[in-house]
Amino acid sequence: MKRFAPYVFLRELATRWDVLAFVVVIGLIAFLGETSRGLFAPLSQLSSIPLSLDPVHLPEYAARTTFRMLAGLVLSLIFTLTYATWAAKSERAGKLLVPILDILQSVPILGFISITVVFFLSLAPGRVLGAEFASIFAIFTSQAWNMAFSFYQSLRTIPTELTEAAESFRLSPWMRFWQLEVPFGMPALIWNMMMSMSGGWFFVVASESISVGHTTVALPGVGSYIALAIAQKNLQAIGWAIFTMLIVILLYDQLLFRPLVAWVDRFRVEQEPGVRVPNSWALTMMRRSRLIQAATVAFHAAVLWTSRAVKRRDTPLPQAVAQPKRSLDLLWVSLVIAAVVLGLWHIVAVLIANTSLREALQVCGLAFLTMLRVFILIVLASVIWVPIGVWVGMRPRAAQIVQPVAQFMAAFPANLLFPIAVFGIVRWRLDPDIYLSPLMILGTQWYILFNVIAGASSIPAEMRYVAANFRVTGWLWWRKVALPAVLPFYVTGAITASGGSWNAAIVAELATWGNTQVEARGLGAYIAAATTAGDFHRIVLGIGTMSLFVVIINRLFWRPLYYYAERKYRLT
Amino acid sequence: MNQSPLLQCTDIRKAFPKPDGAELLVLEGMNLDLQEGQIVGLLGRSGSGKSTLLRLIAGLAEPTSGKVFYLGQPIIGPAPGIAMVFQSFALFPWLTVFENVALGLEAQRMPRAEIRKRSLAAIDLIGLDGFESAYPRELSGGMRQRVGFARALVVHPNILLMDEPFSALDVLTAETLRTDFLDLWSEGRMPIKGVILVTHNIEEAVLMCDRILVFGSNPGRILSEIKVSLPQPRNRLDPSFRELVEKIYVEMTARPKGAAAGGRQERFPGLGIGSILPQVSTNLLSGLTEAVAAPPFNGTADLPKIASDLQMEIDELFPVAETLQMLRFAEVEGGDIKLTEDGMAFAHAALDERKRIFMRHLLTYVPLAAHIRRVLDERASHSARKSRFIDELEDFMSEEAAEQTLRAAIRWSRYAEAFAYDDENAMFSLENPT
Repeated sequence: MKRFAPYVFLRELATRWDVLAFVVVIGLIAFLGETSRGLFAPLSQLSSIPLSLDPVHLPEYAARTTFRMLAGLVLSLIFTLTYATWAAKSERAGKLLVPILDILQSVPILGFISITVVFFLSLAPGRVLGAEFASIFAIFTSQAWNMAFSFYQSLRTIPTELTEAAESFRLSPWMRFWQLEVPFGMPALIWNMMMSMSGGWFFVVASESISVGHTTVALPGVGSYIALAIAQKNLQAIGWAIFTMLIVILLYDQLLFRPLVAWVDRFRVEQEPGVRVPNSWALTMMRRSRLIQAATVAFHAAVLWTSRAVKRRDTPLPQAVAQPKRSLDLLWVSLVIAAVVLGLWHIVAVLIANTSLREALQVCGLAFLTMLRVFILIVLASVIWVPIGVWVGMRPRAAQIVQPVAQFMAAFPANLLFPIAVFGIVRWRLDPDIYLSPLMILGTQWYILFNVIAGASSIPAEMRYVAANFRVTGWLWWRKVALPAVLPFYVTGAITASGGSWNAAIVAELATWGNTQVEARGLGAYIAAATTAGDFHRIVLGIGTMSLFVVIINRLFWRPLYYYAERKYRLT
Repeated sequence: MNQSPLLQCTDIRKAFPKPDGAELLVLEGMNLDLQEGQIVGLLGRSGSGKSTLLRLIAGLAEPTSGKVFYLGQPIIGPAPGIAMVFQSFALFPWLTVFENVALGLEAQRMPRAEIRKRSLAAIDLIGLDGFESAYPRELSGGMRQRVGFARALVVHPNILLMDEPFSALDVLTAETLRTDFLDLWSEGRMPIKGVILVTHNIEEAVLMCDRILVFGSNPGRILSEIKVSLPQPRNRLDPSFRELVEKIYVEMTARPKGAAAGGRQERFPGLGIGSILPQVSTNLLSGLTEAVAAPPFNGTADLPKIASDLQMEIDELFPVAETLQMLRFAEVEGGDIKLTEDGMAFAHAALDERKRIFMRHLLTYVPLAAHIRRVLDERASHSARKSRFIDELEDFMSEEAAEQTLRAAIRWSRYAEAFAYDDENAMFSLENPT
């Protein structure tokens, strides 16, 4: 059974490169923020685009949102094929590129939006195009990192004999890329694309209805529709939006991902026994359709044609060429050092000049609050979903029904339900510090559920028979059989849920309904408030702190736990 | 022989750098030539460097020193006239049989029509007609390896390299494929002029090859060359066939020169703490001593005979036999295994007595086990970290070999109850688990 993890770990990572990567990424964000502030110009046209809550417009909005999602996905794909390939092929580049990717996937998605929106708007001043760029870039940042990671990992794990076969039959690098490397990485890539899409949907509101300081952009789309409905306290419109999202996600699933998953099955090098071959009515239809057939034939022909057209490299032995060149090494190291110095300088300049040590400490305190929240929520969600997941996983028929539902729930933007929570909190005067928290895990708890289901259904029948044979029941059964067997799967799910919850904190700790605002104390609310105020220094400080926390927690807690579970409890 | 060889290796040496700057020597003093019309077998156990040599010839790696010449030209990368068949088939699962076969020709940018013609011809030749549009996963292992052969033959190579091509197949399928291959070869229907076959199966080597090079380990080198002049098709039951098999067993169990003469001590290879220990389970050790002790062998067994009785390939049998030799439970020489007195006692004893005998021999003849035990005895805490011993071993061997060697010592010591090891904390101790 497949495990679902948008958050990908790597076994071998040099820690000092992580530090460098952290500095470079945060420095770059600070730099972008600074520059774009300088280019700031009011864009009144965008706010005057009329948006209507009339459900008649929803199909059009849905189509535009869908298009943005697709554009983001295509960009992510291009990024993946280039960045990950570069990182995997060049040892020198990989040393820096991989940790950078690791840091990037822990930077909260909303952070990218708030920093980059002004920059993108200034690319096409006064035009909707700039706003579209910003929105698509935001979607891209919610999809690209884990895809690139998965492809990088695939490239590093191609079986030696396949590589040797490609080499001994003298495939050109271009041909090898398309005939061996891309197909090999495809299954993992498709799964990660699905997970990425869920991430994209979750932030659909934030990526379309962007509000940073004085810059407000509302692009026509479902996300903006929801934002407007929230601003106007229109519960009926929220209902329509939920309905639309259900349909859109369902269509995406049926028309895009299910066929892809079924199709990509062919690319699996090893078929694990007992795994049902996925099927899809849409794929069957497409396979039978002449048009689609012609398209695939054309694509294959294009791959072969370009393979012929691209000049063949006749340097025979890669080892013979890859003599380490000292001057290049030197250049590379100095480039890295320059980037680090520049990054450090920007971070220090931005922070020292505009914030105080006291504020930094305060932000750390807020981060601890959010961390506490995330951990408590993970524990609560585990207590609820692990037993249910095991129960479902042991019953194939139930699993068949629940698994797709859970997957669907993960893709569903949970923040659609936030208004209800805000309404309740205001109505009964509840403590937002407690009652806003569950919103953080609303969308991510499902990762725990469907990973546990996958784990439980992969428990070998013989192991269950043994338990039954020796009458191992009750708490003993949970302790000795079920929990250890699902642990590696559970950890994968919990890691994902935790990462997602940190991300969601920015939306969840500061929720609005009309002009009512409910705020919980935490780093998420801090960043959200800084974003609304357009205070770049506080945004950088907040995002930097959050990334730092996420990275440290992953390194010190999740990753060791993950490898421990893999080593000790993995059933093979 | 006045013909110039298809392939010639001169004084090949291959070493891999170790992290600490030293190097790990895998091949040394390798000289070999392949004449037209010959099948040359490289026979040896895993770790003898035969697969490494094949990769050097294929141009997939470069020798540290020495040269490989193909038709008089030095090889500096995969040569057009050399094709390879892989142990695990190495087919691309996302390509059909036809596309897999055509791949090598696509890489050569041959005209479409020519690719089609030649691919279909190769598919036809190798008996895959009708499977053109199948994906590898739909095929049995035997059919998959046929695709591997077709893919290699379609580029019309002069030399075919085969890396244990039948070892991933079941006995019956392997035999069918071997026979089919030999038929095509002797009828001259394949476009190839010479074959190099890597194998660890002695009978396979005698069945297929014109010359067999027997490889020794640490570092990999050629121990001897054996000519096989039996006419094809060969019969495994033919007395001269059996004689050759026996002869190769003798070759492969021969002691290194210089240690043959002398007293009893020299009959066993000297062992320091830095010797790499093989991964052999105590069940296999018990199993083999019991089999040799029992009739019809009664303490002395012919290795080819017992190998076929127990259905073990030399790759599995030799490490067990050598471990018994190391523990002084048996002597292995001249293609025979002979149990010592203690070996016989071990074979006949009940479990507790067996463990006692095993512990005595382990602590006497395996210096690493004795060393660990001594350290544990001397310490007041009677415990020690694993890293302490790993560090010591890494002075002598690679990281991987050190881990493997320590694992072997742990495994045997647990059976002997010489000391305990807790994997969770990576600690050795004298106590038994509570």
